[in-house]
Amino acid sequence: MLILDTAEELASLADRPIKKLPTLRGRTVVNLFYEDSTRTRISFEAAAKRLSADVINFSAKGSSVAKGESLKDTALTLEAMGADAVVIRHGASGAAHRLAGWVQGSVLNAGDGTHEHPTQALLDAFTIRRRLKRGSTRGAGLDGLRVTIVGDVLHSRVARSNVLLLSILGAEVTLAAPPTLLPLAVGSWPCAVSYDLDSELPKSDVVMMLRVQQERMTDAYFPSVREYSRRYGLDVARMARLPEHAIVMHPGPMNRGVEIAAEVADSVRSTIVEQVANGVTTRMAVLYLLLGGTEFPATQIPAVAP
Amino acid sequence: MTGGRPATGGADQARWLIRGVTVPGHGDRERAVADILLRDGSVAVIGTGLSDAGARVLDAGGLIALPGLVDLHTHLREPGREDAETVETGTAAAALGGYTAVHAMANTDPVADTAGVVEQVWRLGRAAGHCDVQPVGAVTVGLAGARLAELGTMADSAARVRVFSDDGRCVADPLLMRRALEYVKAFDGVIAQHAQDPRLTEHAQLNEGEMSARLGLAGWPAVAEEAIIARDCLLAAHVGSALHICHVSTAGSAEIIRWAKSKGWPVTAEVTPHHLLLTDELAAGYDPVFKVNPPLRTEADVAELRRALADGTIDCVATDHAPHPVEAKETEWSEAAFGMTGLETALRVVQLAMVDTGLLDWPGVADRMSVRPARIGRLTGHGAPLAAGVPANLTLYDPAAPAEAVRPGASKSRNTPFAGMELPGRVVATFLRGTPTVLDGKLA
Repeated sequence: MLILDTAEELASLADRPIKKLPTLRGRTVVNLFYEDSTRTRISFEAAAKRLSADVINFSAKGSSVAKGESLKDTALTLEAMGADAVVIRHGASGAAHRLAGWVQGSVLNAGDGTHEHPTQALLDAFTIRRRLKRGSTRGAGLDGLRVTIVGDVLHSRVARSNVLLLSILGAEVTLAAPPTLLPLAVGSWPCAVSYDLDSELPKSDVVMMLRVQQERMTDAYFPSVREYSRRYGLDVARMARLPEHAIVMHPGPMNRGVEIAAEVADSVRSTIVEQVANGVTTRMAVLYLLLGGTEFPATQIPAVAP
Repeated sequence: MTGGRPATGGADQARWLIRGVTVPGHGDRERAVADILLRDGSVAVIGTGLSDAGARVLDAGGLIALPGLVDLHTHLREPGREDAETVETGTAAAALGGYTAVHAMANTDPVADTAGVVEQVWRLGRAAGHCDVQPVGAVTVGLAGARLAELGTMADSAARVRVFSDDGRCVADPLLMRRALEYVKAFDGVIAQHAQDPRLTEHAQLNEGEMSARLGLAGWPAVAEEAIIARDCLLAAHVGSALHICHVSTAGSAEIIRWAKSKGWPVTAEVTPHHLLLTDELAAGYDPVFKVNPPLRTEADVAELRRALADGTIDCVATDHAPHPVEAKETEWSEAAFGMTGLETALRVVQLAMVDTGLLDWPGVADRMSVRPARIGRLTGHGAPLAAGVPANLTLYDPAAPAEAVRPGASKSRNTPFAGMELPGRVVATFLRGTPTVLDGKLA
């Protein structure tokens, strides 16, 4: 809640001609990316730079990692170079957790394997709150809102983080997917489960579509992309079943024509571009709270904005 | 409690008098206190008030004497991974854990799939002298699961191999498994199966359940173990040959084995100390020291495995001692090697999980950790209940030693899941054919 409210304060900055705050001047943030992820890396980079932090981008390709250096050694090297925070994206679940045990500075999980992607969930919650809780959103949760998350939950770190965060904030979360793409123990999660997307749509305030990797087909998770799309893709006809106010979300990158039709992605219900903008704001809030101190005073913005 | 001290005047190194030790099961009593005289590599007498002026005396009041422990499942890593363990360090760890014989698994580099390699390992064991090393031969060439290794040649070699296993890999091909089972009947062999359906466990990292779902780690489902065990029990019954199932880890597996045994089929099974004590909850911190294959399961599985070991459905405890160098574990979970060390802690864990819980008495421990594993491994000279005339392989253990945190021991590797955990008991001494390999808890 503190993060969302801080992000709300910082959001007003985005409307200003000069978007920079001096708060993290002299601090160094390292983007340690073991997976290709243009969108998340740039988002973290923009967030850190708007707070005046120095940003070092470290991509696993073409670095010592390609020569076989371990995650631990890389982490210790970066720490020795004075990183105050490490933003890590890694293909192994738990990589951020391991890293946090090896370094003194702050560690931000920018997505670890099929485990979690916490800042994505934060920006999604922020987006939902702004869209569906109009008026004064400060301090507001997501009570009473019904969120349906659709697709490859089994392999999705976005889904895991969203189930946890949105349920804590009071939303009722339902996962809609073929049984093969749900964890066997999904019953222990704080959410409902449905195999039938169509029956969920009329009662959804938010529909969040997950990216479907086409290679899942070869592991027999579903018979064909066409069948997946037919049963779980959000097309125009399905969108029409949504309540008037409902929004459509996607963490990106999208497979247009697979899990989401182009007309839906580009419709007024879609928050996809907004999610990207909110991503920067939310990540600024996280960096600010980790490295900059306590709650963001509302009065500080006029005082420091040049 | 004390080390050996020479009796006055010309102590004979070949004779030991162990005084006032409890011999579980002796004279059909659970706790019989007696003296044991070891002479010429054998147990000469068990009785009260024994004396022998020429023998070294070990005051063993409060200790219990078990037949020397036998491990059916040890990875000594030599040849090939001497950075993780050698026959010397691994057998030293075994002796400190109370073992007088270990079965060395075949997944070395080169693989123990020829007479040359098994004889080398056997000879290294003899040279080290801490305990007997009985090599296990690979079932298939290079553990590749494609064609049978020369099982008969390994059986006829100096190493006299009787247990064959592709451990680490499952003999998944049902036809190959059938043939292997059939073939070893010619020399009273046994196939020890690592039960893991390969397709059901691709990229598997952790028991499939609540923890794997929460942690986002690919699941290792119980059914992948149970399906192979069920199939192999049926195959063993069909061809009438001996099947041994390695490191049983699920409640369902125990149930299938119980059913197979009720039919009178020639099936035996082992469970590891870690599967008797630890659960997949420990993976919560992503520390790969808890990464093992088969994976740690749930509390319900642990409870059922204990019950199955107590009622004899599972025949024995085997360590699956799997040493790895630091760098193989100081990584992301999915990058890390599977495996845990276990030789030095096995008996203490069994005391905690089985004896202190009232599930098994000390004669039962002797049966599950010495008598039965020796029988399954076709080892002569080990696993005989302590009595006059048997080879003097025995372990003196102090079950009342205050619980102490597990510390690094003789193994070259440090990947014990019990590090820092307080375990009861202490191995005080180990004798191999009348000669101490461990005294006062230290290598002799």
